[in-house]
Amino acid sequence: MRYEAPSSSKEAAKLLASAKGKAVVLAGGTDLLVRMKSGAVEPDLIVDIKRIGATQEIKKSGNGFKIGAGVSGARLGKHRALKKAWPGVVEATNLIGSDQIQGRCTMAGNLCNASPAADSVPAMVAANAKANVVGPGGRRTVAVEKIPTGPGKTSLKKGEIIESITLPAKAPRSGDAYLRFIPRTEMDIAVVSAGVNLTLDSKGVVKKARVALGAVAPTVLLVEDAAKAIVGTKLDDDALAALAAACEAACRPIDDMRGTIEFRTEVAGVLARRAALTAYERAGGKK
Amino acid sequence: MAEATEFKAIGTRPVRPDGVDKVTGRAQFGADLNLPNMLYGKVLRSPHAHARIRRIDLDAARAMPGVHAVVSGADFPGAQHGEIGGEGGGDVADVAKNVMARDKVLYHGHPLAAVAATSQAIAEAALAAIEVEYEVLTPVLDLEAAMAPDAVLVNENCFTKNLPEPAEKPSNIASVMTLARGNVDEGFELADVIVEGEYRIPMAHQGYIEPHACTATVNESGQATVWTCTQGHFALRTQTANILDMSVADLKFIASEIGGGFGGKTVVYLEPVAVMLSTQARRPVKMVMSREEVFRASGPAAGSCAKIRVGAKKDGTITAATAWLAYEAGAFEGAPMGPGAMCVFAPYDLENFRVEGFDVLVNKPKVAAYRAPGAPQSMHAMESALDDLARELNMDPIDLRLKNAVAEGSQAAYGPKFPAIGFRECLEAAKAHPNYQKPVPEGAGRGVAAGFWFNAGMESSAEVHINEDGTVQIIEGSPDIGGSRASMALMAAETLGVPYEKIRVLVGDTEASGFNNVTGGSRTTFATGMAVIQACEDIIAQCKDRAAKTWGVDADQVEWEDGQAIPAPGVNAELKPLTLAEIMKTAARTGGPILGRAALNARGPGAGFSVNFGDLKVDRETGKVDVLSFTAIQDAGKAIHPAYVEGQMQGGAVQGLGWALNEEYIFDGNGVLENPGFLDYRIPVASDMPMIDTQIIEVPNPSHPFGVRGVGETPIVAPLAVAANAVRDAIGRRVHDLPLSPPNVLAAIEEG
Repeated sequence: MRYEAPSSSKEAAKLLASAKGKAVVLAGGTDLLVRMKSGAVEPDLIVDIKRIGATQEIKKSGNGFKIGAGVSGARLGKHRALKKAWPGVVEATNLIGSDQIQGRCTMAGNLCNASPAADSVPAMVAANAKANVVGPGGRRTVAVEKIPTGPGKTSLKKGEIIESITLPAKAPRSGDAYLRFIPRTEMDIAVVSAGVNLTLDSKGVVKKARVALGAVAPTVLLVEDAAKAIVGTKLDDDALAALAAACEAACRPIDDMRGTIEFRTEVAGVLARRAALTAYERAGGKK
Repeated sequence: MAEATEFKAIGTRPVRPDGVDKVTGRAQFGADLNLPNMLYGKVLRSPHAHARIRRIDLDAARAMPGVHAVVSGADFPGAQHGEIGGEGGGDVADVAKNVMARDKVLYHGHPLAAVAATSQAIAEAALAAIEVEYEVLTPVLDLEAAMAPDAVLVNENCFTKNLPEPAEKPSNIASVMTLARGNVDEGFELADVIVEGEYRIPMAHQGYIEPHACTATVNESGQATVWTCTQGHFALRTQTANILDMSVADLKFIASEIGGGFGGKTVVYLEPVAVMLSTQARRPVKMVMSREEVFRASGPAAGSCAKIRVGAKKDGTITAATAWLAYEAGAFEGAPMGPGAMCVFAPYDLENFRVEGFDVLVNKPKVAAYRAPGAPQSMHAMESALDDLARELNMDPIDLRLKNAVAEGSQAAYGPKFPAIGFRECLEAAKAHPNYQKPVPEGAGRGVAAGFWFNAGMESSAEVHINEDGTVQIIEGSPDIGGSRASMALMAAETLGVPYEKIRVLVGDTEASGFNNVTGGSRTTFATGMAVIQACEDIIAQCKDRAAKTWGVDADQVEWEDGQAIPAPGVNAELKPLTLAEIMKTAARTGGPILGRAALNARGPGAGFSVNFGDLKVDRETGKVDVLSFTAIQDAGKAIHPAYVEGQMQGGAVQGLGWALNEEYIFDGNGVLENPGFLDYRIPVASDMPMIDTQIIEVPNPSHPFGVRGVGETPIVAPLAVAANAVRDAIGRRVHDLPLSPPNVLAAIEEG
């Protein structure tokens, strides 16, 4: 097993592109090390991206926030401006694992692990986040919902890494929220989850909406019908019911030890409603 | 007697002697021992829940470089039949087959071969090289299907025991039992109200943090030393001797510190295998279970089905009750049907009752004890039924229990007459408790339930040595799980009149200590404590004798007070008291070293009763249940170390609530456990629980010098029904089956 810790994304891409055998990217390692320990993966090459400067930065600009792929959940949770602009995304990322895990886990890693139950992903999708990808062929920007293609699978090509994730600048009168359902209070994996991002007009009517659901399909779902159900409303009871119904209609979950199809479907609607209300309040809407 | 005495040491809360090393990581647990030339042992486990082993070929594994021993069932002798001892039910001959399968594998994860190699990686590769040919059989996974007359048989040689007539054909029902009094038909006729219900509880695991681990080394004379994390190294030695057909004298067992057991570390899994591998390899062998192995193949608590019927008059007097209790034994007989059946009605004074119990084989791991084995399952049903009854009668649930509660002199449903017990005192304390007086918070429900456990006595030995400076060394053989070193030191301090800080306690190995039964049955503070007290009394008698010699008076002219020999009133008043240190200074001249000892089979453990209540909130849209508050009230007889008694009550409450809310073994249709890890086997995390409020009641046990009753097991019993009754209160509908997991509770809300 070879371990490399290059200092540039280009170099990392080169190492990964030329690797023979199983090559993996190490960011926080909170998924990779567990999988290695359980014997699920035995890599030939590990490329640690944490020595790459760009992966360690949180940069604020007119275009929003660029969050390096090596930035831990704990650091994210301490970034005031980011928390103020995207509380849903930060809260979602801070739900991953335990305090110890928070010291290592990253948004980009959570995205590339490609679990449909990943906590940060529905929030990022709702926020319209973009992944900044570096590969042998150069750089490209991809909507985060296009990265995972199924459980454990991504659209990244051989040699490609995510260097950072961009969250757009916060629009006026906008707010986001993320909720997940777990039977416990922490240290668990979402049975079902929902991220909602709303922009209101000056009268408190929803102008734009993005609704994303986790753990109800092979990938996180961006539910456009759910957004349509609330655009043009003040989240009155009918709108919320329509939102929940649209979410339920979009669910294609599995039955497993964590939850049944019926339970996940029903609770997806409940969480979307609750997250929408929080997002509405954060956007300055008054009920 | 206890009430009359002012205690100096007992009832204080000093830091436990093993505490600092445990919190700083210095303490040595089961997996911490390493020896020169040590090999790593690993177990090959069945991929099928039920299969006949057609052939095992170990040759390829044996031939691998780095592999020093390979064993399978054929290498083990046939074990003698006998009681497992300690807390576990069943036959040692079955434990032998559980440790290493012979002709059949009976659950997914059942061991059928083992290897010892120079590295873990080589050991794993060797396991993969073992060829096994199976004839896969249909697994028996459902309790009631297993009891059906035409069921597939787990064991073709199992004939139901205790039937009125000997069984003619084999069955999955290993044994049955009946307890009865009066006439239930007449009793039900007298009833104004009758409630009934059927309750199912899935298998659950004790969830101890430390996986099973041991290291064995066999010397050139064939004598083995085994280091292991266990609740009872003597019991494990006996079992290992039987399984390997060895003399007990050739086995030395050393108990490491233990990271939890709760009943699950009272039987062998790895130890005989490690000894066998070490014998073959002629090198030390260490074996450590992974968490997955612990879940799949140690001894969870039995799953159960309970059918309860209770009739009462309008004033709440119970006129009759019946219980039908079936327990999953797993692959071998020995479910805790007996204690479950004996506990179900124990808190109540009933004229007419009937209890039927069934010990049922299924293709799941062989169950082991889990805190008050059998009682949580049966009493969950009874305490839920009483809650229904209280509603029907429009009575306060505590009043209903007070109306029927046993007291001193009541004939227990399981036989004996109760001596002084504290059930009524617990009920009255609950009713008066400020938490019970508070209104139930919005959106929540309140549940009340009682708990009971017999507690155990059994065999213990202790020695007390007085060091040359007057400090005290206790040697006993009960592994310290819940702070027993501290309790022993406190009882010795009280008896001898010596400060706690001057006392040391050793949990001796099987060669250093006299025989002690397992730390289980809530017996250690009671029974081993009694041995320590008697050994201290032995010391006092000898010290008085030495003082008499020093002073030139008769021994009966010497008294013992505050850790010193003093002249009896009116006798040689000018003599100065002699402390332990002073007595030791001249000990060589007065008879040599001073050593006290006691060995006993402690009788009269004193039954333990509890009353718990809690407020639980239900999210009506998701079915999620949150525990808002929980109050545990329990009779401890006399709390030697109150903080550790409270710890037992709080820990038991959390384990009981975990079992009630989310813990369950989830098997797929092939009998494969789907959640063999703490991610999906959901024990509560700290943030799930409120502070558990406790109130210790002290009704002294007349059989113990200080009034001690065991306190370790009763705490887990009541919380299951507290949770079920609170959820019933919150949603207006009873969920009979556990766990009260969100999907189950949401389904119940929607049905209603």
